[in-house]
Amino acid sequence: MKYKSYPLKNYSQTKAEIGYVPRKRSTQETYDRIGFMSGLEVHQQLDTGKKLFCRCPAGIYQKDDDYDAEIIRHMRPTLSELGEYDGTALMEFKTRKDIIYRIKNITTCTYDTDDTPPFPINHDALEIALEISLLKKLNIVGEVHITRKQYLDGSIPTGFQRTGILGVEGEIELTNKKIRLIQLSLEEDSCREVSDIGHTRTYRTDRLGMPLIETVTYPDMVNPDEVAEACQFIRFLNRSTGKVRTGIGAARQDVNVSCRGGTRVEIKGVSHIKWIPELTHNEAFRQWALLHIREKLLKKIKKTTEWTIKFKELDSRYFNIKKSPFIKFIKSDYKFYVVLLPGFKGILSHFTQPGKSFADEISDRLKVIACIEQPNMTHSEALKPMISDQVMASIKEEMDMKPADGLVVFRGPEDDIKTGLETIEERCKWAFEGVPNETRKSFADGTTIFERVLPGPDRMYPDTDSAPIPLKDDYIEKLRKRLPEETIKAYRQMKKWNIPEDTYTYILRNNLYPLISKIINKLGYEPKFVGTLFGHKLKYLDRQFEQSKDFNYDKIFSLLENIKNNGYEKELVFEMLPVVYQKPKIDFLSILALINYKKISEKQLLADLSFLKKKHSDICHSNNSEARYNWLMGQIRPKAIGNISLAKLKETVRNIDS
Amino acid sequence: MSEDHFQGYKGEALEVLKKYKVRVWGQVDIETTRGNFTGTVLPRSESDDDFHLVLKIPTGYNVGIDVHNIKSMTETGYKKANYKIPEKEFPYTEGLPNVKLFGTGGTIASRLDYRTGAVIPAFTPGELYGAVPELADICNLTTEKLFAVFSENMGPEQYKKLAIAIGKEIENGIDGIVIGHGTDTLHHTAAALTYMIKDPPIPIVMVGSQRSSDRPSSDAALNLMHANYTAAYGQIAEVLVCMFGPTSDDYALLHRGTRVRKMHSSYRSTFRTLGDIPLATATRQGVKPLKNNFKPRRNDKNVEILPYFEEKVSIVYYYPNMQPDIIDSLVENGYKGIVIAGTGLGHVNKPLYPAIERATKKGVHIYMTVQTMWGYVHMFVYDTGRDLMAKGVVPAENMLPEVAYIKLGWTLGQTNDPKEVKKIMLTPVNDDITSREPYNGYLVYQGGLPEVEEFIRKVRK
Repeated sequence: MKYKSYPLKNYSQTKAEIGYVPRKRSTQETYDRIGFMSGLEVHQQLDTGKKLFCRCPAGIYQKDDDYDAEIIRHMRPTLSELGEYDGTALMEFKTRKDIIYRIKNITTCTYDTDDTPPFPINHDALEIALEISLLKKLNIVGEVHITRKQYLDGSIPTGFQRTGILGVEGEIELTNKKIRLIQLSLEEDSCREVSDIGHTRTYRTDRLGMPLIETVTYPDMVNPDEVAEACQFIRFLNRSTGKVRTGIGAARQDVNVSCRGGTRVEIKGVSHIKWIPELTHNEAFRQWALLHIREKLLKKIKKTTEWTIKFKELDSRYFNIKKSPFIKFIKSDYKFYVVLLPGFKGILSHFTQPGKSFADEISDRLKVIACIEQPNMTHSEALKPMISDQVMASIKEEMDMKPADGLVVFRGPEDDIKTGLETIEERCKWAFEGVPNETRKSFADGTTIFERVLPGPDRMYPDTDSAPIPLKDDYIEKLRKRLPEETIKAYRQMKKWNIPEDTYTYILRNNLYPLISKIINKLGYEPKFVGTLFGHKLKYLDRQFEQSKDFNYDKIFSLLENIKNNGYEKELVFEMLPVVYQKPKIDFLSILALINYKKISEKQLLADLSFLKKKHSDICHSNNSEARYNWLMGQIRPKAIGNISLAKLKETVRNIDS
Repeated sequence: MSEDHFQGYKGEALEVLKKYKVRVWGQVDIETTRGNFTGTVLPRSESDDDFHLVLKIPTGYNVGIDVHNIKSMTETGYKKANYKIPEKEFPYTEGLPNVKLFGTGGTIASRLDYRTGAVIPAFTPGELYGAVPELADICNLTTEKLFAVFSENMGPEQYKKLAIAIGKEIENGIDGIVIGHGTDTLHHTAAALTYMIKDPPIPIVMVGSQRSSDRPSSDAALNLMHANYTAAYGQIAEVLVCMFGPTSDDYALLHRGTRVRKMHSSYRSTFRTLGDIPLATATRQGVKPLKNNFKPRRNDKNVEILPYFEEKVSIVYYYPNMQPDIIDSLVENGYKGIVIAGTGLGHVNKPLYPAIERATKKGVHIYMTVQTMWGYVHMFVYDTGRDLMAKGVVPAENMLPEVAYIKLGWTLGQTNDPKEVKKIMLTPVNDDITSREPYNGYLVYQGGLPEVEEFIRKVRK
């Protein structure tokens, strides 16, 4: 029994050894200890009518199974990717993926399918991107050169993304520090993945080619919350132009994380900023754990260069077909292999991320590189054993496994076994080095899995299909003159105005600051009132009601203007706004009728109030003055609103006896 | 020889580089009115303007710097990039067929020079093996670079040299020939070789690529594999064009050199057989004939090379209101043969008649083809056609205009006797003229129609 619990015990023990602390209990000290470092690549779609390098409409999306045609392609590593072809590269050809593109005629043309060269760049997109570059204080280039950035995953049918740098070396100011920016590029968006199973990956081409900007920061962030804040501010700033897309997938970020002694690992496509803190926290600790694993292995294994796996095909009769979940998805051509990892005891169950151990690093790579669907393996230290102890014992015996060793059992189609074995060996060898270069895919629970090997640095080359685009000084100056207020300035002004901080995210995210300052400056409303009207009331309406297509934020300005010009009290807007939100075409007077507003003089209200006070004393026998206050307010409020300021009304009711 | 330190730079940009003593490949810090930039100075394309520097910044991207904005510039280092295609010896495998690949200058396999954007062609067997290692599983490959010209510069001189070189290889007992060619005029060369190489015993396969092989989505590797497979194992001993069937990475179509045409300026599946169905499909699993009237592979080494071509031949693409002086000027300039691409069944307007008559009287050979591309010339249907024939215009059946042009040039290279010319012109070679057109030869689908949309949705093309 003692043996059986070893993996769990080892998992907990190694978790403690590396000093893992949950994020909620972590402090700056925690992050300083492991040398947390993070940078961002924030992507933002621009709001243009058409795509970047062709004349297809942008922003029309299709469902997974709604398509007019499918085409199939393969991505071939070019010489530039690899320099030389070796055995691994050839292996990659043989296990390569069929990439299938699902095409909808309305959004996809022959440029998207890589059957037509690019058309001249979309100038609306270029202009928006330049405005944002100026806002980020970047040094604007003299000439934009379109570069091809290779992607072999098939997410772009050409095999590369056309992208151009607009500016370098900028900065963005957060509440407490400045973050330096490396560059901003304008690029074409990629396809959306439908599925990736075995040797077939399927994409939709609707999003492909839409204009996108990428803002890249230096790794200036030193704790997870700071990464999220930087991301927020970059997003606010992008939105402050009012010319970027919003909604699901319109803004996404790749987050680069490392710990001291670790490697820059890229967490791809994080779609929610709120996920960032947990993801970066776990990734820094995963790297910390991998470094710990390295240390342990180097103590045990002296000649790491000579280390190899030992493997053997297993007779599938070893397994009780009916019971093991490991067997569940077996097909007839599947082979079973057992792989001995000399000296790996205590490593397979070593903590890497919450709920995950080093064995997952191997399993995830088997899925991605060898295309063997999970569950694709089990091992000698499985936290949740998938084969019985007896079977495992006999396998160990057959492999002549020593107490210091680890052992993996995996299975897959015959054609994929060779890649599978290479993948296992490769990942184990990486353990001697520390943290492999890779991109990882994120999950809502804050963990990540292996996605791809990080592309080499030389994957950029000039696009011979496009001419350089000069950016003249007078054009840049013209753009500079019409820039919106910088986000940090808006932030500070709102603070000065005493607008509650919990409204800022909503206001900045929806680019409402310009409207708010217009309301305050032109109509003279009190800033705090205006801020909460948007940041609380409007936010509430967003959740409660469906916004009419005809609604826009300027309607709120007209509403407040009418209220002011007609001499109504400002609180009337609380009653009127829900109507405007849902039926913005109704005119002011009709709204007043709809909400049953009647003009009542203050004198009349006071008279009503004393009548109510009398009524209250008739029907109520308690002496609770708070209850009386609430009852009176409840009775008088609907009539009073718009006719007397709520503050004054409250005061009057409070002091009704005096 | 002194090295060019300012590759591609001219005018103001060149002056600025000289002023600050900065070279191409120099690592520089530049101070400009728009802020500071760091990177490596790259060569500039000759066709671009003369007041920007190209800089590769540390992240690998290229940017341009306006020299007017430069306040100062310092070279801090120098690192010249030297890119070469890795070369590995093409493995020889006993028992595999021997294939000869002729290069004409098009870059089927190539890699892009990161820094300059120039295309470095891969051509030697070693380079090709480096680029498409699968070729070694298909055949034993040798290569020969005959010329280095762009597709549009291929002409009679090259056709003849190519035909003679192929003849020699056949006599030496090669199992198959592959010719790498730019795609623009590939079908002209294919027609020329069909006429110049009489009854070859082996497949002669022409191949190109629509997407250069420096991109991951290139069609080059698959085209090369299909072509080499066809040359090595295919049973069709004719001049064939081997290019993508659909735009998907799937199978190749083998087209007869005399019935094929480039039909799209950029599509992968640009080559189509017109007026007939393609001859065969090719995959890495095999060549599958779609028609059975081909000339089969033989074991002998017999071939007759007929390297003749009269260059004074032209195509006239008729348009409404064409003036007779177009024809007259050709005659005045000594043209001996004219192929007309006429409207409909093979017509031109009346005002041209006297000019045509003048031409034929002077011994100019005039052949009529159709600009509809599909279908036959039928000059008996209308009076206008009959009039033209009376004036000496010879209908060329369903020969494609470009093919008729090549055939007329080849024929006039051999004889000027009208009867003889007519006999050669109208004797079908590899279906350049077919006696009948199959019902499914003419297929131009139009998207939008429900039945076509259904087909496209179901079948990955």
